[in-house]
Amino acid sequence: MNNLLIVGQYVPTNSIVHRMDPRVKMLIIFFYVIFIFFANNVISYGLFTLFALGSTILTKVPRRFIAKGLTPVWFLIVFTFILHLFVTREGFVLFHVFGLPIYSGALEQGAVISLRFFLLILLTSLLTLTTTPIEITDAVESLLGPLRRFKFPVHELALMMSISLRFIPTLLQETEKISNAQASRGVDFRTGPFRERVRAVIPLLVPLFVSAFKRAEELAMAMEARGYRGGEGRTKLRELRVVKRDVAALVCFIVITAAALITRDYS
Amino acid sequence: MDITFEKVDYTYQANSPFEHKALDSMSFHLPSGSFTAIVGHTGSGKSTLIQHLNGLIRPTNGKVRIGDYVLEPKKKPKHAKALREKVGIVFQYPEHQLFEETVEKDIAFGPRNFGVPEQEIQKRVAESARAVGLGEDLLKRSPFELSGGQMRRVAIAGILAVRPRVLVLDEPTAGLDPRGQKEIMDMFYRIHKEQQLTTLLVTHSMEDALAYADHVLVLDKGKKYMEGTPVEVFSQREALQQVQLDVPEMFQFLLKASDQFGKPLAYQGQDVERLAEQLAALAGDRDE
Repeated sequence: MNNLLIVGQYVPTNSIVHRMDPRVKMLIIFFYVIFIFFANNVISYGLFTLFALGSTILTKVPRRFIAKGLTPVWFLIVFTFILHLFVTREGFVLFHVFGLPIYSGALEQGAVISLRFFLLILLTSLLTLTTTPIEITDAVESLLGPLRRFKFPVHELALMMSISLRFIPTLLQETEKISNAQASRGVDFRTGPFRERVRAVIPLLVPLFVSAFKRAEELAMAMEARGYRGGEGRTKLRELRVVKRDVAALVCFIVITAAALITRDYS
Repeated sequence: MDITFEKVDYTYQANSPFEHKALDSMSFHLPSGSFTAIVGHTGSGKSTLIQHLNGLIRPTNGKVRIGDYVLEPKKKPKHAKALREKVGIVFQYPEHQLFEETVEKDIAFGPRNFGVPEQEIQKRVAESARAVGLGEDLLKRSPFELSGGQMRRVAIAGILAVRPRVLVLDEPTAGLDPRGQKEIMDMFYRIHKEQQLTTLLVTHSMEDALAYADHVLVLDKGKKYMEGTPVEVFSQREALQQVQLDVPEMFQFLLKASDQFGKPLAYQGQDVERLAEQLAALAGDRDE
Protein backbone atom coordinates (compact mmCIF):
# COMPACT_ATOMS: atom_id res chain seq x y z
CA MET A 1 0.00 0.00 0.00
CA ASN A 2 2.55 2.51 1.11
CA ASN A 3 5.77 1.98 -0.78
CA LEU A 4 7.27 5.35 0.06
CA LEU A 5 8.69 4.38 3.40
CA ILE A 6 11.19 1.58 3.37
CA VAL A 7 11.48 1.34 7.13
CA GLY A 8 10.60 -2.26 7.85
CA GLN A 9 10.92 -3.46 4.30
CA TYR A 10 13.17 -6.39 3.57
CA VAL A 11 15.03 -6.57 0.26
CA PRO A 12 16.52 -9.99 -0.35
CA THR A 13 19.84 -9.84 -2.18
CA ASN A 14 21.64 -12.51 -0.16
CA SER A 15 24.68 -10.28 0.33
CA ILE A 16 27.26 -10.84 3.02
CA VAL A 17 25.36 -8.39 5.23
CA HIS A 18 22.18 -10.41 4.77
CA ARG A 19 23.95 -13.57 5.87
CA MET A 20 25.43 -12.02 9.01
CA ASP A 21 24.23 -13.02 12.44
CA PRO A 22 21.39 -10.60 13.25
CA ARG A 23 22.64 -10.24 16.82
CA VAL A 24 25.97 -8.95 15.59
CA LYS A 25 24.22 -6.53 13.26
CA MET A 26 22.09 -5.21 16.08
CA LEU A 27 25.04 -4.87 18.45
CA ILE A 28 27.05 -2.97 15.85
CA ILE A 29 24.18 -0.61 15.17
CA PHE A 30 23.54 -0.14 18.88
CA PHE A 31 27.11 0.93 19.56
CA TYR A 32 27.37 2.90 16.34
CA VAL A 33 24.40 5.00 17.43
CA ILE A 34 26.15 5.71 20.73
CA PHE A 35 29.65 6.34 19.48
CA ILE A 36 28.73 8.59 16.58
CA PHE A 37 27.94 11.23 19.18
CA PHE A 38 31.58 11.23 20.18
CA ALA A 39 32.75 12.30 16.73
CA ASN A 40 33.64 15.96 16.63
CA ASN A 41 36.09 16.55 13.78
CA VAL A 42 36.51 15.81 10.12
CA ILE A 43 38.49 12.60 10.59
CA SER A 44 36.20 10.99 13.16
CA TYR A 45 33.11 11.88 11.15
CA GLY A 46 34.85 10.67 8.02
CA LEU A 47 35.51 7.29 9.63
CA PHE A 48 31.90 6.85 10.71
CA THR A 49 30.67 7.96 7.29
CA LEU A 50 33.05 5.48 5.68
CA PHE A 51 31.66 2.68 7.81
CA ALA A 52 28.03 3.51 7.03
CA LEU A 53 28.61 3.93 3.28
CA GLY A 54 30.80 0.82 3.14
CA SER A 55 28.07 -1.23 4.83
CA THR A 56 25.49 0.17 2.44
CA ILE A 57 27.53 -0.87 -0.59
CA LEU A 58 28.08 -4.34 0.85
CA THR A 59 24.33 -4.93 1.21
CA LYS A 60 23.95 -4.82 -2.60
CA VAL A 61 20.53 -3.24 -2.14
CA PRO A 62 20.01 -1.01 -5.21
CA ARG A 63 21.05 2.52 -4.34
CA ARG A 64 18.02 3.96 -6.09
CA PHE A 65 15.86 1.92 -3.75
CA ILE A 66 17.54 3.22 -0.63
CA ALA A 67 17.47 6.83 -1.83
CA LYS A 68 13.81 6.60 -2.74
CA GLY A 69 12.97 4.99 0.58
CA LEU A 70 14.69 7.75 2.50
CA THR A 71 12.67 10.48 0.77
CA PRO A 72 10.48 11.31 3.77
CA VAL A 73 13.57 11.47 5.97
CA TRP A 74 15.36 13.79 3.54
CA PHE A 75 12.80 16.41 4.35
CA LEU A 76 13.63 16.16 8.07
CA ILE A 77 17.35 16.34 7.37
CA VAL A 78 17.02 19.43 5.19
CA PHE A 79 14.64 20.98 7.71
CA THR A 80 17.12 20.43 10.55
CA PHE A 81 19.85 21.99 8.47
CA ILE A 82 17.83 25.09 7.64
CA LEU A 83 16.66 25.47 11.22
CA HIS A 84 20.25 25.43 12.43
CA LEU A 85 21.25 27.88 9.76
CA PHE A 86 18.94 30.56 11.09
CA VAL A 87 18.92 29.83 14.79
CA THR A 88 22.55 29.16 15.70
CA ARG A 89 24.62 32.28 16.33
CA GLU A 90 28.24 31.23 16.62
CA GLY A 91 31.38 32.16 14.76
CA PHE A 92 31.32 35.12 12.38
CA VAL A 93 28.69 36.39 9.99
CA LEU A 94 29.18 34.90 6.53
CA PHE A 95 26.39 36.57 4.57
CA HIS A 96 22.75 37.63 4.83
CA VAL A 97 19.68 35.84 3.58
CA PHE A 98 16.43 37.86 3.57
CA GLY A 99 18.15 40.24 5.93
CA LEU A 100 18.98 37.48 8.40
CA PRO A 101 22.62 36.94 9.26
CA ILE A 102 24.08 33.50 8.58
CA TYR A 103 26.91 32.62 10.92
CA SER A 104 29.81 30.35 10.04
CA GLY A 105 29.15 28.31 13.17
CA ALA A 106 25.55 27.78 12.02
CA LEU A 107 26.68 26.38 8.70
CA GLU A 108 29.04 24.03 10.47
CA GLN A 109 26.52 22.97 13.11
CA GLY A 110 23.78 22.45 10.56
CA ALA A 111 26.02 20.35 8.35
CA VAL A 112 27.29 18.23 11.26
CA ILE A 113 23.88 17.54 12.76
CA SER A 114 22.33 16.74 9.39
CA LEU A 115 25.19 14.38 8.60
CA ARG A 116 24.83 12.62 11.94
CA PHE A 117 21.11 12.32 11.44
CA PHE A 118 21.56 10.94 7.95
CA LEU A 119 24.12 8.36 9.07
CA LEU A 120 21.92 7.19 11.93
CA ILE A 121 18.90 6.70 9.70
CA LEU A 122 20.92 5.08 6.94
CA LEU A 123 22.55 2.48 9.16
CA THR A 124 19.43 1.62 11.12
CA SER A 125 17.39 1.24 7.93
CA LEU A 126 20.06 -1.18 6.69
CA LEU A 127 19.05 -3.51 9.52
CA THR A 128 15.49 -3.92 8.32
CA LEU A 129 16.55 -3.93 4.68
CA THR A 130 18.85 -6.88 5.21
CA THR A 131 17.25 -8.76 8.11
CA THR A 132 13.93 -10.58 8.07
CA PRO A 133 11.53 -9.78 10.92
CA ILE A 134 11.92 -13.35 12.16
CA GLU A 135 15.69 -12.93 12.42
CA ILE A 136 15.26 -9.67 14.29
CA THR A 137 12.94 -11.32 16.78
CA ASP A 138 15.32 -14.22 17.28
CA ALA A 139 18.14 -11.77 17.86
CA VAL A 140 16.12 -9.79 20.39
CA GLU A 141 15.24 -12.95 22.24
CA SER A 142 18.84 -14.07 22.30
CA LEU A 143 20.26 -10.68 23.26
CA LEU A 144 17.75 -10.22 26.08
CA GLY A 145 18.37 -13.80 27.24
CA PRO A 146 20.35 -12.83 30.36
CA LEU A 147 17.33 -10.91 31.67
CA ARG A 148 15.53 -14.22 32.08
CA ARG A 149 17.34 -14.62 35.36
CA PHE A 150 15.32 -11.69 36.68
CA LYS A 151 12.06 -13.34 35.60
CA PHE A 152 11.76 -11.02 32.62
CA PRO A 153 9.43 -12.69 30.06
CA VAL A 154 11.92 -12.64 27.19
CA HIS A 155 10.33 -15.39 25.12
CA GLU A 156 6.86 -13.91 25.44
CA LEU A 157 8.16 -10.52 24.41
CA ALA A 158 9.82 -11.98 21.34
CA LEU A 159 6.68 -13.91 20.47
CA MET A 160 4.59 -10.76 20.77
CA MET A 161 7.02 -8.99 18.49
CA SER A 162 6.96 -11.64 15.82
CA ILE A 163 3.18 -11.93 15.92
CA SER A 164 2.68 -8.21 15.56
CA LEU A 165 5.19 -8.03 12.72
CA ARG A 166 3.50 -10.94 11.03
CA PHE A 167 0.12 -9.24 11.15
CA ILE A 168 1.08 -5.79 9.92
CA PRO A 169 0.53 -6.65 6.24
CA THR A 170 -2.63 -8.56 7.10
CA LEU A 171 -4.06 -5.60 8.95
CA LEU A 172 -3.08 -3.23 6.16
CA GLN A 173 -4.91 -5.41 3.67
CA GLU A 174 -7.90 -5.59 5.94
CA THR A 175 -7.91 -1.81 6.35
CA GLU A 176 -7.93 -1.36 2.61
CA LYS A 177 -10.77 -3.80 2.15
CA ILE A 178 -12.94 -2.21 4.82
CA SER A 179 -12.21 1.31 3.67
CA ASN A 180 -13.20 0.29 0.13
CA ALA A 181 -16.42 -1.20 1.45
CA GLN A 182 -17.28 1.88 3.50
CA ALA A 183 -16.31 4.25 0.69
CA SER A 184 -18.78 2.34 -1.47
CA ARG A 185 -21.41 3.05 1.16
CA GLY A 186 -20.77 6.74 0.76
CA VAL A 187 -18.13 7.44 3.42
CA ASP A 188 -15.76 10.16 2.36
CA PHE A 189 -12.34 9.73 3.95
CA ARG A 190 -10.50 12.38 1.98
CA THR A 191 -12.57 15.54 1.73
CA GLY A 192 -14.96 17.45 3.91
CA PRO A 193 -14.48 19.31 7.20
CA PHE A 194 -12.06 17.90 9.75
CA ARG A 195 -14.80 16.81 12.16
CA GLU A 196 -16.53 14.83 9.46
CA ARG A 197 -13.32 13.11 8.49
CA VAL A 198 -12.61 12.10 12.08
CA ARG A 199 -16.08 10.65 12.30
CA ALA A 200 -15.47 8.75 9.08
CA VAL A 201 -12.80 6.78 10.91
CA ILE A 202 -15.30 5.03 13.19
CA PRO A 203 -16.78 2.80 10.46
CA LEU A 204 -13.20 1.84 9.67
CA LEU A 205 -11.88 1.24 13.18
CA VAL A 206 -14.75 -0.75 14.63
CA PRO A 207 -14.68 -3.52 12.00
CA LEU A 208 -10.89 -3.52 12.13
CA PHE A 209 -10.87 -4.10 15.89
CA VAL A 210 -13.57 -6.73 15.66
CA SER A 211 -11.58 -8.69 13.11
CA ALA A 212 -8.29 -8.22 14.98
CA PHE A 213 -9.80 -9.67 18.15
CA LYS A 214 -11.33 -12.52 16.22
CA ARG A 215 -7.99 -13.23 14.58
CA ALA A 216 -6.19 -13.15 17.92
CA GLU A 217 -8.60 -15.67 19.36
CA GLU A 218 -8.26 -17.96 16.37
CA LEU A 219 -4.48 -17.73 16.46
CA ALA A 220 -4.39 -18.55 20.18
CA MET A 221 -6.62 -21.52 19.56
CA ALA A 222 -4.51 -22.76 16.65
CA MET A 223 -1.34 -22.42 18.69
CA GLU A 224 -2.79 -24.34 21.60
CA ALA A 225 -4.11 -27.01 19.26
CA ARG A 226 -0.54 -27.55 18.13
CA GLY A 227 0.66 -27.90 21.70
CA TYR A 228 2.22 -24.52 22.32
CA ARG A 229 3.10 -24.11 25.99
CA GLY A 230 5.42 -21.11 26.07
CA GLY A 231 9.18 -20.96 25.72
CA GLU A 232 10.04 -23.60 28.32
CA GLY A 233 12.27 -26.27 26.79
CA ARG A 234 11.60 -25.02 23.28
CA THR A 235 14.29 -25.58 20.65
CA LYS A 236 14.90 -23.52 17.54
CA LEU A 237 14.82 -24.43 13.87
CA ARG A 238 17.32 -21.72 13.00
CA GLU A 239 20.17 -21.63 15.49
CA LEU A 240 21.99 -18.31 15.53
CA ARG A 241 25.71 -18.82 15.14
CA VAL A 242 28.54 -16.30 15.12
CA VAL A 243 30.89 -17.24 12.26
CA LYS A 244 33.99 -15.74 10.67
CA ARG A 245 32.23 -12.99 8.73
CA ASP A 246 30.54 -11.81 11.93
CA VAL A 247 33.86 -11.66 13.75
CA ALA A 248 35.34 -9.82 10.79
CA ALA A 249 32.51 -7.28 10.82
CA LEU A 250 32.88 -6.77 14.55
CA VAL A 251 36.64 -6.30 14.28
CA CYS A 252 36.14 -3.87 11.42
CA PHE A 253 33.65 -1.88 13.46
CA ILE A 254 35.82 -1.87 16.58
CA VAL A 255 38.87 -0.70 14.63
CA ILE A 256 36.97 2.15 12.99
CA THR A 257 35.35 3.21 16.24
CA ALA A 258 38.65 3.08 18.10
CA ALA A 259 40.32 5.10 15.36
CA ALA A 260 37.52 7.65 15.52
CA LEU A 261 37.80 7.88 19.30
CA ILE A 262 41.55 8.37 19.06
CA THR A 263 41.40 11.02 16.35
CA ARG A 264 38.59 13.07 17.85
CA ASP A 265 39.43 16.43 19.45
CA TYR A 266 39.86 16.26 23.20
CA SER A 267 40.76 19.86 23.77
CA MET B 1 -27.26 1.69 -16.54
CA ASP B 2 -25.03 0.14 -19.15
CA ILE B 3 -21.37 -0.46 -18.52
CA THR B 4 -18.57 -0.15 -21.07
CA PHE B 5 -14.88 -0.86 -20.68
CA GLU B 6 -12.68 0.51 -23.45
CA LYS B 7 -9.18 -0.96 -23.53
CA VAL B 8 -8.78 -0.63 -19.79
CA ASP B 9 -5.36 -1.29 -18.27
CA TYR B 10 -4.73 -1.23 -14.57
CA THR B 11 -1.24 -1.49 -13.10
CA TYR B 12 -0.53 -1.81 -9.40
CA GLN B 13 2.53 0.02 -8.03
CA ALA B 14 3.66 1.27 -11.41
CA ASN B 15 7.38 2.02 -11.83
CA SER B 16 8.44 -0.04 -8.84
CA PRO B 17 9.97 -3.49 -8.47
CA PHE B 18 6.52 -4.71 -7.43
CA GLU B 19 4.77 -3.52 -10.60
CA HIS B 20 1.90 -5.76 -11.54
CA LYS B 21 -0.54 -5.47 -14.39
CA ALA B 22 -3.94 -6.55 -13.10
CA LEU B 23 -6.05 -5.58 -16.11
CA ASP B 24 -4.74 -5.74 -19.63
CA SER B 25 -6.60 -4.01 -22.44
CA MET B 26 -10.00 -5.03 -21.15
CA SER B 27 -12.96 -4.18 -23.38
CA PHE B 28 -16.58 -5.19 -23.09
CA HIS B 29 -20.08 -3.79 -23.06
CA LEU B 30 -22.86 -4.79 -20.68
CA PRO B 31 -26.32 -3.50 -21.62
CA SER B 32 -28.60 -2.00 -19.02
CA GLY B 33 -30.63 -4.63 -17.21
CA SER B 34 -28.28 -7.50 -18.01
CA PHE B 35 -27.12 -10.11 -15.50
CA THR B 36 -23.47 -10.89 -16.11
CA ALA B 37 -21.40 -13.55 -14.42
CA ILE B 38 -17.68 -12.86 -14.22
CA VAL B 39 -15.64 -16.00 -13.80
CA GLY B 40 -11.93 -16.55 -13.68
CA HIS B 41 -9.20 -18.19 -11.68
CA THR B 42 -7.76 -16.44 -8.60
CA GLY B 43 -5.69 -13.47 -9.71
CA SER B 44 -7.42 -13.09 -13.04
CA GLY B 45 -8.36 -9.47 -12.30
CA LYS B 46 -11.93 -9.85 -11.10
CA SER B 47 -11.52 -7.78 -7.94
CA THR B 48 -9.64 -5.04 -9.78
CA LEU B 49 -12.38 -4.89 -12.39
CA ILE B 50 -15.02 -4.49 -9.69
CA GLN B 51 -13.22 -1.59 -8.06
CA HIS B 52 -13.44 0.36 -11.30
CA LEU B 53 -17.20 0.18 -11.30
CA ASN B 54 -17.75 2.80 -8.61
CA GLY B 55 -14.56 4.74 -9.02
CA LEU B 56 -12.60 3.27 -6.11
CA ILE B 57 -9.76 3.10 -8.61
CA ARG B 58 -9.31 4.65 -12.01
CA PRO B 59 -7.93 2.93 -15.09
CA THR B 60 -4.23 3.37 -15.79
CA ASN B 61 -5.11 3.52 -19.49
CA GLY B 62 -8.41 3.38 -21.29
CA LYS B 63 -11.89 4.43 -20.34
CA VAL B 64 -14.73 3.10 -18.20
CA ARG B 65 -18.29 4.25 -18.78
CA ILE B 66 -21.09 3.56 -16.34
CA GLY B 67 -24.26 5.17 -17.63
CA ASP B 68 -23.32 8.82 -18.01
CA TYR B 69 -20.33 8.59 -15.72
CA VAL B 70 -16.89 8.32 -17.27
CA LEU B 71 -13.73 7.22 -15.52
CA GLU B 72 -10.47 8.19 -17.14
CA PRO B 73 -6.84 8.01 -16.08
CA LYS B 74 -5.41 10.97 -14.20
CA LYS B 75 -8.73 12.73 -14.02
CA LYS B 76 -10.47 12.83 -10.68
CA PRO B 77 -14.10 11.90 -11.23
CA LYS B 78 -16.26 14.88 -10.36
CA HIS B 79 -19.25 12.89 -9.28
CA ALA B 80 -17.61 10.04 -7.41
CA LYS B 81 -20.20 10.08 -4.67
CA ALA B 82 -23.13 10.20 -7.07
CA LEU B 83 -21.62 7.26 -8.91
CA ARG B 84 -21.27 5.30 -5.68
CA GLU B 85 -24.92 5.88 -4.94
CA LYS B 86 -25.81 4.36 -8.29
CA VAL B 87 -23.45 1.39 -8.05
CA GLY B 88 -23.85 -0.85 -5.02
CA ILE B 89 -21.05 -3.30 -4.37
CA VAL B 90 -21.48 -6.32 -2.14
CA PHE B 91 -17.87 -7.17 -1.37
CA GLN B 92 -16.62 -10.58 -0.32
CA TYR B 93 -17.66 -11.31 3.25
CA PRO B 94 -19.62 -8.06 3.48
CA GLU B 95 -20.43 -8.77 7.15
CA HIS B 96 -16.91 -7.50 7.92
CA GLN B 97 -18.09 -3.98 7.21
CA LEU B 98 -20.73 -3.92 9.97
CA PHE B 99 -19.96 -1.51 12.78
CA GLU B 100 -23.08 0.17 14.13
CA GLU B 101 -24.75 -0.56 17.46
CA THR B 102 -27.95 -1.85 15.95
CA VAL B 103 -28.89 -3.62 12.76
CA GLU B 104 -31.23 -0.78 11.93
CA LYS B 105 -28.53 1.86 12.16
CA ASP B 106 -26.15 -0.17 10.06
CA ILE B 107 -28.65 -0.58 7.26
CA ALA B 108 -29.40 3.15 7.45
CA PHE B 109 -25.71 4.07 7.24
CA GLY B 110 -25.45 4.04 3.46
CA PRO B 111 -28.63 5.98 2.69
CA ARG B 112 -27.74 8.52 5.39
CA ASN B 113 -24.32 9.10 3.82
CA PHE B 114 -25.97 9.78 0.50
CA GLY B 115 -28.29 12.31 2.07
CA VAL B 116 -31.57 10.43 1.87
CA PRO B 117 -34.26 12.17 3.98
CA GLU B 118 -34.86 10.61 7.41
CA GLN B 119 -38.41 9.46 6.73
CA GLU B 120 -37.40 7.83 3.50
CA ILE B 121 -34.54 6.08 5.33
CA GLN B 122 -36.95 4.46 7.78
CA LYS B 123 -39.00 3.20 4.88
CA ARG B 124 -36.00 1.83 3.06
CA VAL B 125 -34.57 0.10 6.15
CA ALA B 126 -37.82 -1.77 6.69
CA GLU B 127 -38.07 -2.59 3.02
CA SER B 128 -34.53 -3.91 2.56
CA ALA B 129 -34.67 -5.86 5.81
CA ARG B 130 -37.77 -7.56 4.48
CA ALA B 131 -36.17 -8.16 1.09
CA VAL B 132 -33.23 -10.05 2.60
CA GLY B 133 -35.47 -11.95 5.02
CA LEU B 134 -34.54 -10.30 8.31
CA GLY B 135 -37.23 -10.41 10.96
CA GLU B 136 -38.36 -7.10 12.45
CA ASP B 137 -37.34 -8.31 15.91
CA LEU B 138 -33.70 -8.28 14.78
CA LEU B 139 -33.61 -4.60 13.82
CA LYS B 140 -32.91 -3.39 17.36
CA ARG B 141 -30.27 -6.01 18.08
CA SER B 142 -26.53 -5.51 17.73
CA PRO B 143 -25.28 -6.95 14.44
CA PHE B 144 -22.45 -8.65 16.32
CA GLU B 145 -24.89 -10.87 18.23
CA LEU B 146 -26.25 -12.40 15.05
CA SER B 147 -25.20 -15.57 13.27
CA GLY B 148 -22.88 -15.38 10.29
CA GLY B 149 -25.70 -15.84 7.80
CA GLN B 150 -27.80 -13.15 9.43
CA MET B 151 -24.87 -10.74 9.51
CA ARG B 152 -24.42 -11.30 5.79
CA ARG B 153 -28.06 -10.40 5.23
CA VAL B 154 -27.73 -7.23 7.29
CA ALA B 155 -24.73 -6.15 5.22
CA ILE B 156 -26.58 -6.86 1.98
CA ALA B 157 -29.63 -4.96 3.21
CA GLY B 158 -27.33 -2.02 3.94
CA ILE B 159 -26.32 -1.93 0.30
CA LEU B 160 -29.80 -2.46 -1.11
CA ALA B 161 -31.12 0.38 1.06
CA VAL B 162 -29.10 2.82 -1.07
CA ARG B 163 -31.20 1.64 -4.03
CA PRO B 164 -28.42 1.26 -6.54
CA ARG B 165 -29.07 0.89 -10.27
CA VAL B 166 -26.07 -1.37 -10.73
CA LEU B 167 -25.53 -4.21 -8.32
CA VAL B 168 -22.09 -5.78 -8.10
CA LEU B 169 -21.80 -9.04 -6.19
CA ASP B 170 -18.38 -10.40 -5.29
CA GLU B 171 -18.89 -14.04 -4.33
CA PRO B 172 -21.89 -13.12 -2.22
CA THR B 173 -22.55 -16.66 -1.03
CA ALA B 174 -19.03 -17.69 0.00
CA GLY B 175 -19.03 -19.43 3.35
CA LEU B 176 -22.80 -19.86 3.61
CA ASP B 177 -24.56 -23.18 3.97
CA PRO B 178 -26.11 -24.58 0.75
CA ARG B 179 -29.61 -23.51 1.65
CA GLY B 180 -28.52 -20.00 2.56
CA GLN B 181 -26.61 -19.82 -0.72
CA LYS B 182 -29.67 -20.60 -2.76
CA GLU B 183 -31.86 -18.24 -0.76
CA ILE B 184 -29.47 -15.35 -1.19
CA MET B 185 -28.96 -15.95 -4.92
CA ASP B 186 -32.70 -16.26 -5.52
CA MET B 187 -33.19 -13.05 -3.61
CA PHE B 188 -30.64 -11.20 -5.74
CA TYR B 189 -32.22 -12.54 -8.88
CA ARG B 190 -35.66 -11.43 -7.76
CA ILE B 191 -34.43 -7.92 -6.96
CA HIS B 192 -32.55 -7.82 -10.27
CA LYS B 193 -35.78 -8.53 -12.15
CA GLU B 194 -38.07 -6.38 -10.01
CA GLN B 195 -35.93 -3.26 -10.08
CA GLN B 196 -34.42 -3.90 -13.53
CA LEU B 197 -30.91 -3.62 -12.18
CA THR B 198 -27.73 -4.19 -14.12
CA THR B 199 -26.12 -6.97 -12.15
CA LEU B 200 -22.56 -8.28 -12.15
CA LEU B 201 -21.86 -11.47 -10.28
CA VAL B 202 -18.31 -12.56 -9.57
CA THR B 203 -18.42 -16.23 -8.80
CA HIS B 204 -16.52 -19.50 -8.68
CA SER B 205 -19.72 -21.42 -9.04
CA MET B 206 -20.41 -22.29 -12.67
CA GLU B 207 -23.80 -23.55 -11.56
CA ASP B 208 -24.76 -20.06 -10.38
CA ALA B 209 -23.42 -18.52 -13.57
CA LEU B 210 -25.57 -20.90 -15.59
CA ALA B 211 -28.66 -20.53 -13.43
CA TYR B 212 -28.82 -16.75 -13.12
CA ALA B 213 -26.69 -15.01 -15.72
CA ASP B 214 -27.63 -14.14 -19.27
CA HIS B 215 -24.06 -13.22 -20.11
CA VAL B 216 -20.73 -14.72 -19.02
CA LEU B 217 -17.36 -13.01 -19.02
CA VAL B 218 -14.30 -15.23 -18.56
CA LEU B 219 -11.13 -13.53 -17.38
CA ASP B 220 -7.61 -14.84 -17.40
CA LYS B 221 -4.48 -13.00 -16.23
CA GLY B 222 -6.17 -9.62 -16.55
CA LYS B 223 -7.40 -10.25 -20.08
CA LYS B 224 -10.82 -11.05 -21.43
CA TYR B 225 -10.58 -14.72 -22.31
CA MET B 226 -14.09 -15.46 -23.49
CA GLU B 227 -17.49 -13.82 -23.57
CA GLY B 228 -20.97 -14.93 -24.50
CA THR B 229 -24.18 -16.48 -23.28
CA PRO B 230 -23.77 -19.19 -20.65
CA VAL B 231 -24.51 -21.90 -23.20
CA GLU B 232 -21.96 -20.50 -25.67
CA VAL B 233 -19.27 -20.26 -23.04
CA PHE B 234 -19.91 -23.55 -21.27
CA SER B 235 -19.99 -25.48 -24.54
CA GLN B 236 -16.26 -24.85 -24.84
CA ARG B 237 -15.05 -27.21 -22.19
CA GLU B 238 -11.47 -27.53 -23.40
CA ALA B 239 -10.91 -23.80 -23.65
CA LEU B 240 -12.23 -23.35 -20.12
CA GLN B 241 -10.03 -26.09 -18.75
CA GLN B 242 -7.04 -24.24 -20.21
CA VAL B 243 -7.66 -21.52 -17.65
CA GLN B 244 -8.42 -23.90 -14.76
CA LEU B 245 -12.17 -23.53 -15.01
CA ASP B 246 -14.77 -26.24 -15.17
CA VAL B 247 -18.12 -26.39 -16.89
CA PRO B 248 -21.31 -26.77 -14.81
CA GLU B 249 -22.21 -30.28 -13.69
CA MET B 250 -25.10 -30.33 -16.11
CA PHE B 251 -22.73 -29.86 -19.03
CA GLN B 252 -20.33 -32.45 -17.71
CA PHE B 253 -23.15 -34.89 -17.36
CA LEU B 254 -24.50 -34.19 -20.84
CA LEU B 255 -21.05 -34.74 -22.34
CA LYS B 256 -20.72 -38.07 -20.58
CA ALA B 257 -24.22 -39.13 -21.52
CA SER B 258 -23.56 -38.19 -25.17
CA ASP B 259 -20.53 -40.46 -25.14
CA GLN B 260 -22.44 -43.25 -23.48
CA PHE B 261 -25.34 -43.24 -25.89
CA GLY B 262 -23.32 -42.25 -28.93
CA LYS B 263 -25.78 -39.45 -29.64
CA PRO B 264 -25.25 -35.74 -29.12
CA LEU B 265 -27.20 -34.31 -26.19
CA ALA B 266 -27.29 -30.53 -26.10
CA TYR B 267 -28.15 -28.21 -23.27
CA GLN B 268 -31.39 -26.39 -23.97
CA GLY B 269 -32.11 -25.12 -20.51
CA GLN B 270 -33.75 -28.37 -19.51
CA ASP B 271 -34.22 -29.15 -15.83
CA VAL B 272 -33.46 -32.47 -14.20
CA GLU B 273 -36.87 -33.96 -14.92
CA ARG B 274 -36.82 -33.04 -18.57
CA LEU B 275 -33.33 -34.45 -18.79
CA ALA B 276 -34.49 -37.72 -17.24
CA GLU B 277 -37.17 -37.98 -19.90
CA GLN B 278 -34.66 -37.35 -22.65
CA LEU B 279 -32.38 -40.02 -21.23
CA ALA B 280 -35.22 -42.47 -20.89
CA ALA B 281 -36.10 -41.87 -24.52
CA LEU B 282 -32.49 -42.41 -25.58
CA ALA B 283 -32.22 -45.57 -23.48
CA GLY B 284 -35.46 -46.80 -25.03
CA ASP B 285 -34.06 -46.20 -28.54
CA ARG B 286 -30.98 -48.18 -27.73
CA ASP B 287 -32.82 -51.16 -26.28
CA GLU B 288 -34.97 -51.59 -29.31
